[in-house]
Amino acid sequence: MNIDSQTDEFHHVQTAHCENGVTTALLRYHGLDFMTEPLAFGMGSGLFYIQIPFLTVNNGPAISFRTMPGAIFKRTCKSLGVEVTRKKFSNPAAAEAFLDQKVKEGVPVGCQVGVFHLTYFPKEYRFHFNAHNLIVFGEENGRYQISDPVMEDVTSLSKEELSRVRFAQGPLAPRGHIYFPEKIKPITQDMIRKGIVSGIRRNVRDMLSIPGNFAGVNGIRHTSNHVRKWRDKLGLRKASLYLGQIVRMQEEIGTGGGGFRFLYGAFLEEAAAYLQDDRVSNVSEDFTKAGDMWRASAIKMAGVYKGRLTEQKDFEEIADMMLEIRLVEKEAFQKLSSLKLGK
Amino acid sequence: MKKEDLPQDPGALAKFTREVCYVKNDDGKYETALSEGWDVKKQALDSAWEDVNERVEEARKAVANGEKSPVYYFMELRLMDLSVLSGYTGIFPFFIKRHFKPSVFKGLSERKLEKYARAFDITVSELTNFKG
Repeated sequence: MNIDSQTDEFHHVQTAHCENGVTTALLRYHGLDFMTEPLAFGMGSGLFYIQIPFLTVNNGPAISFRTMPGAIFKRTCKSLGVEVTRKKFSNPAAAEAFLDQKVKEGVPVGCQVGVFHLTYFPKEYRFHFNAHNLIVFGEENGRYQISDPVMEDVTSLSKEELSRVRFAQGPLAPRGHIYFPEKIKPITQDMIRKGIVSGIRRNVRDMLSIPGNFAGVNGIRHTSNHVRKWRDKLGLRKASLYLGQIVRMQEEIGTGGGGFRFLYGAFLEEAAAYLQDDRVSNVSEDFTKAGDMWRASAIKMAGVYKGRLTEQKDFEEIADMMLEIRLVEKEAFQKLSSLKLGK
Repeated sequence: MKKEDLPQDPGALAKFTREVCYVKNDDGKYETALSEGWDVKKQALDSAWEDVNERVEEARKAVANGEKSPVYYFMELRLMDLSVLSGYTGIFPFFIKRHFKPSVFKGLSERKLEKYARAFDITVSELTNFKG
């Protein structure tokens, strides 16, 4: 298995999710060798659920299984006392000049981009999604060297191509967003432990006590209630497209809902080792279970959009599965909350 | 998910990359493994594209029948919605909706047509000469 492919100094890291990957690779480049994708995800309190009200994406419901874009990098760096520089631009030329300056200095930087014009992505994946992240780590023959965390290997983009994706338009427009760690102080084991604990606590808060009924564990129930009504309200065809959208939000590269539950399980396993606390690794099992249940629900939803399952009772079953998932995740976070991991 | 259960169904990504997944190994510990894809996802993506293609075809017919302007067709063709198209052109959604009307579209200034053409990655004449 080849996850790291070596370049001059910067090491490409392939990960399950782009922002985790950028965070992990940039921090490792700056000497934080202990950083892993699960650790970045957990310290950044990446696990979430939200069905954003009144918003549709690609003509379907807007559902996210993760926290908002940018938060994982920001929180993980903050909890390790890493100073971060981030910039947005109104002018593409200024954005390119700033990037070129950094490339000249030999500093790898994270960039937020839209995927619609991302030339190295297969066409089938190019929808207007503007919160993808990649790293620019050099220049060769007039092309930027790109480390995209969802790709197995490094790739490259021309100046025009990169400028275009950095200035993609629409919801979450990146506006040339560029970010990188600036100053890194020595990191102690104690800081890592504190970062883990505060990451868990913030995630407990986000999932259990966020106000409103469309986010956190209650958000899963919110969607479940919608699923029950979709067949009557939208007709079978549109309802099955909506389910397909849930599965894509849940499982496609860079979004992964079921996958995120496994990732959180992996984080708790690592956290248990840092904290020397077996109780934490026991809760890890609950997230493995939740991940498996999300995948089972995706299989059921696939039955609908493949046209094999068409009855209202199939929609009811999917909705019930989501309620069960909600319970498992709710109990898991309640367990984490009751562990009193200290500060 | 156990490592041996990780699906390896080649999909749209097959020629480009494999995906990292977190799976349980024989010792019950998490590790990463690479997946070629999963049929459940592949079909979700396929059905999304079927929907896109149908929308584009309906938009084409609407232009041919004189119900909608080419702006509407190219918006669908480029997978955009009002907010995305508004972002690329700087034209407010309310006005874009008006430009969907063939009668309003006819009177559009060269400057507005250029904005649309640039957003759609086509020339102005490709835009104005599209008949469905």
